[in-house]
Amino acid sequence: MTLTSDSGATERTDLVTLTIDGVQVSVPKDTLVIRAAEQIGVQVPRFCDHPLLAPVGACRQCLVDIPDAGNGRGFPKPQASCTLPVAEGMVVNTQATSEVADKAQQGIMEFLLINHPLDCPVCDKGGECPLQNQAMSNGRGETRFEGYKRTFPKPINLSPQVLLDRERCIVCQRCTRFAEEIPGDPFIALVERGAMQQIGIAEDAPFLSYFAGNVIQICPVGALTSEDYRFRSRPFDLVSTPGVAEHDSCGSAIRVDHRRGKVMRRLAGNDPEVNEEWITDKDRFAFHYATESDRLTYPQVRDRVEDGGDGRLRPASWPEAFAVAARGLQAAGATGVLTGGRITAEDGFAYSKFARVALGTNDIDFRSRPLSAEETAFLAAEVVLRSSVTYADLEQASTVVLAGLEPEDEAGMVFLRLRKATRHGTTGVLAIAPGMTRGLAKLNARLLRTAPGAEAGALESLVEHARHGVDKNSIILVGERLATSPGALAAAVTAAARTGARLAWVPRRAGDRGAVETGCLPNLLPGGRPVADPVARVDVASAWGVDHLPDAPGRDADAIVAALLAGELGGLVIGGVDPDDTADPAATRAAIEAASFVVALELRETDVTRGADVVFPVAPVVDKAGTFVTWEGRPRSFEQVFASPSSLPDLRILAGIAEEMGRPLGFRTVAEARAQMEEIGPWDGDRATLEGLEPATPSQPGQAGGDFALSTWKLLVDNGSMQDGDKAYRATGRAPVARLSQAAYDAHGPTVTLTGDRGSVTIPAEPADLADDVVWVPANSFGNGVLADLASPGSRVTVTKGADQ
Amino acid sequence: MADTLTPVLTDNWGDERAWTLASYEARGGYRALDKAFSMAPDAIIEEVKDSGLRGRGGAGFPTGMKWGFIPQDNPRPKYLVVNADESEPGTCKDIPLMMASPHTLVEGVIISSYAIRANKAFIYIRGEVLHVFRRVQRAVQEAYLAGHLGKNIHGTGYDLDVVVHAGAGAYICGEETALLEGLEGRRGQPRLRPPFPAVAGLYASPTVINNVESIASVPSIIANGHQWFASMGTEKSKGFGIFSLSGHVKNPGQYEAPLGITLRRLILLAGGMRDGHELKFWTPGGSSTPLLTAEHLDVPLDFEAVGAAGSMLGTRALQIFDDSTCVVRATLRWTEFYKHESCGKCTPCREGTWWLVQTLSALEKGQGSEADLDMLLDQCDNILGRSFCALADGAVSPIASSIQFFRDEYVAHLTGGGCPFDPALSTAWAGQEVNA
Repeated sequence: MTLTSDSGATERTDLVTLTIDGVQVSVPKDTLVIRAAEQIGVQVPRFCDHPLLAPVGACRQCLVDIPDAGNGRGFPKPQASCTLPVAEGMVVNTQATSEVADKAQQGIMEFLLINHPLDCPVCDKGGECPLQNQAMSNGRGETRFEGYKRTFPKPINLSPQVLLDRERCIVCQRCTRFAEEIPGDPFIALVERGAMQQIGIAEDAPFLSYFAGNVIQICPVGALTSEDYRFRSRPFDLVSTPGVAEHDSCGSAIRVDHRRGKVMRRLAGNDPEVNEEWITDKDRFAFHYATESDRLTYPQVRDRVEDGGDGRLRPASWPEAFAVAARGLQAAGATGVLTGGRITAEDGFAYSKFARVALGTNDIDFRSRPLSAEETAFLAAEVVLRSSVTYADLEQASTVVLAGLEPEDEAGMVFLRLRKATRHGTTGVLAIAPGMTRGLAKLNARLLRTAPGAEAGALESLVEHARHGVDKNSIILVGERLATSPGALAAAVTAAARTGARLAWVPRRAGDRGAVETGCLPNLLPGGRPVADPVARVDVASAWGVDHLPDAPGRDADAIVAALLAGELGGLVIGGVDPDDTADPAATRAAIEAASFVVALELRETDVTRGADVVFPVAPVVDKAGTFVTWEGRPRSFEQVFASPSSLPDLRILAGIAEEMGRPLGFRTVAEARAQMEEIGPWDGDRATLEGLEPATPSQPGQAGGDFALSTWKLLVDNGSMQDGDKAYRATGRAPVARLSQAAYDAHGPTVTLTGDRGSVTIPAEPADLADDVVWVPANSFGNGVLADLASPGSRVTVTKGADQ
Repeated sequence: MADTLTPVLTDNWGDERAWTLASYEARGGYRALDKAFSMAPDAIIEEVKDSGLRGRGGAGFPTGMKWGFIPQDNPRPKYLVVNADESEPGTCKDIPLMMASPHTLVEGVIISSYAIRANKAFIYIRGEVLHVFRRVQRAVQEAYLAGHLGKNIHGTGYDLDVVVHAGAGAYICGEETALLEGLEGRRGQPRLRPPFPAVAGLYASPTVINNVESIASVPSIIANGHQWFASMGTEKSKGFGIFSLSGHVKNPGQYEAPLGITLRRLILLAGGMRDGHELKFWTPGGSSTPLLTAEHLDVPLDFEAVGAAGSMLGTRALQIFDDSTCVVRATLRWTEFYKHESCGKCTPCREGTWWLVQTLSALEKGQGSEADLDMLLDQCDNILGRSFCALADGAVSPIASSIQFFRDEYVAHLTGGGCPFDPALSTAWAGQEVNA
């Protein structure tokens, strides 16, 4: 998938040859001695050193003897191998061959331990602690220190989630360097000095970073712990299973640590091509949703009043539920499918095939959010099957244009990679956004100030204005929010074509891209085959062994809702959709109500399941294998962590219904679905094009009065239901505020009432870098969210002084 | 006797209001400036190189060579930073110099900045000495008003601004890269080198950092020529320097003399030891330099000879201790200082000084065994040369050297169950107790 040329690695001419412990090794110029030693299998003990952080040389644990620095002269004293670059002809003797180095390391280790509490038996890090391990491998067995240790009251909160036990800290500065260098959130710093030196925060500025959890993982001692995991388990009781994070389209590698069928914590996996060694706090801490008390654990069917029942949902066996669902859908007639964006690619494939084979319809859409016909066409023409931009490419790009995308909130790993690119490289970021944000400032972004809805014009201007620096080495990243900005996606395509820049679509949800690839769209079949192309339909039909596939163009999610309300559709298969996320929450609720038969596939009890006729409990990602496709188009497969009998993957449920309907899907397991997907493969025929495309119009041309254009997106930490269950994590979120220009704030603040066509909300305001006629609010941080409580997408709102003024 | 003194920097200290511009100019002050301006900057660097002036802050690096390291093709601005963060126990030369004759320093700053082509210079003064800070500020102000600083100095077209900056109370900020961190507004901790300050120092720009005395010596070199300067001192340690005598001599103070003078002569100049007492041990260059004893009275005080004697010339801060002093107690006090001043960045210094104090405290109280002395030396061995900067090296110097010369005295503490000395006898007021 990612084609990194091997030639670059083998044809390096800037190799430096040195001798370490008598072994000759050649490494690239500027390699640090500590890493060159790894090449010959020698691990020099270290604490402050971290390959992704700038060298600091603070802990001095990695001292080695250098009898020859490459110039014939040696260093008189041991040198820190984590700060010393290799030199041609250098001779290095580590603790493996040098008594001087070994004694030096043992001496440092002894110093580190004199003020360390040695409370390993009650420390969360015990068993996986670099200090503990290296004290064993490179320290003396008995201490000579008989004095008194430095102590601190313990612990202190650096944030609601991150706790610090200062007496355990060896002040290696990994955490403070991470905070400053990686996310750019330097809210923790060294304070005091000497042995009293410690990590601290300013009184009024806790360590509120979306990436704060990473410091817990890179802490080489047990000084940093999370409220969530502290004292919950011991490392040696845990079983680790690799996984892929399910909270965004970044595909971060994670490690799921579990004990007796329960996830205890999640850690960042190490994947240099994707998330390096970092994950967002959402990926780290938001996993309790799967064990909330309202998890569905058995199928339910409704005994309908008209059939003589009491009209309530009751538990049912799986076979009964399959049968009831199959009968009901067959009786309901025309049926639509709404899948939501959280599904794995395999589940998406099942939904796609279920719609076409079992229901005979193209009425399927994964977009449970504001969308447009323009976007539908864009996804088919420019997104599916394309993987022209990778994380690594972001570091090489001259300019990265962000449109309708706030990476810090909506794609954390894209944010970190862009920050790395802008800090260490020559990459510049140009943001098409209503104003400068904290996240954009950390990317040192240039702002092309653009009112919500006017992105098309800004994208068009990229071509004309050389000063924007958009050229063939540039990358344009468009977010899913551009769907409702009229003409924006088309303009992005044009801008990319005319400048030679590469274009990539960065959706928010983990399953979005996979759903595009597997055809959970009204205009696409699996593998990027256009529904409108008869050859493509025959291709899929023959692969699936069916006579033909429906040829009528399908309805998108909004049209499915409208058709249900109009009675044109009777049945609805719905999974993982929160009505409040959709373009018109009230209409979606009404459509579910209006549908004659609703089959719901859900994790937890929701308004949708309460109104459904058959409810199937679906397996969360820990309970099933699957694949998420990243925004780059990179498939990220993961295996099942737990075998739980109480729920099944969506694909198994759909297969069961389809079999009862007499139109089997031909697979029951994830492995079988994967095999079919492989078999069908990608489409090699003509792609859909954007020609003749009508620019999107706001789904409700909301000129319903109001002086302020509404800008909104979801914060990384918000009220999303998959973030339920960890209060400490939620408390690290940003307080919901309305952002206004200073003038508007002065006129209406500090608390404002916003009124839109769907209601009004009163929340605190803060001045921000916005035009005087733009107001920003977080999309899902208060009430039922902006779409339900305030205004329709693209509409305008009025701002008045808050009610309590 | 007095002819061994070579008062240059200290020459005007006794003048009426010596710190004022009028007084300084009345003695020919700021005249070296015009001579310097008539020379090419590179010629000044050559002159300083030829003079053999070596850094007066302790390390003794040739000043002219340091200036020559500044990459003049670097498009970034060049900076001169004067290290006036004099904090070393025993060192007391820069602060009196700035107090008595701040204009000597200011004139040196101007010539030095002109030589390295800096248009901005900083004087980083130890924050605790507020009176000195104010005096230098006033001197800089006077220099501006007189046209020695600012735009188009003396009509030459050369511009120079001088910023006087007060430290915030950290010994470590005398370390040049920690000083730069502090000057930039950050936490004062030493920086990783390379890059060296000459290439990327203050604000990542080429920077020369010199001690006050080094810079203050420059006007006299320019005025009198390098031969004049090089005619003083020894073969490799040219010129004169201020020797600060403190402790048990009759007249402690600053004695400016050619490098290579001996302690024996200096003690004579200072009126001898306290009556009835003998020299026991002394530091040649502040507490960070290993102790010497009476057997070293005739060691020439230059960089080479003191080094050969097992110590360092350092800042010529001669702390003189007579036989009333307990060496264990003195060493513990110094060690407590280093523990207090350790910045905390690296392990051996941060943890090592914490431990050394505890070990020494026990020894002073007569607790422990002779094996603890060897452990103490092993601790020192694990610190020396293992730390990030030289602070920790300085911290172990008095310990290792005191055990080397006075092991018996340590043992006496152990065998006698405590300190055999009466600390009151070593005080300045010993024998003058007044009973109410």
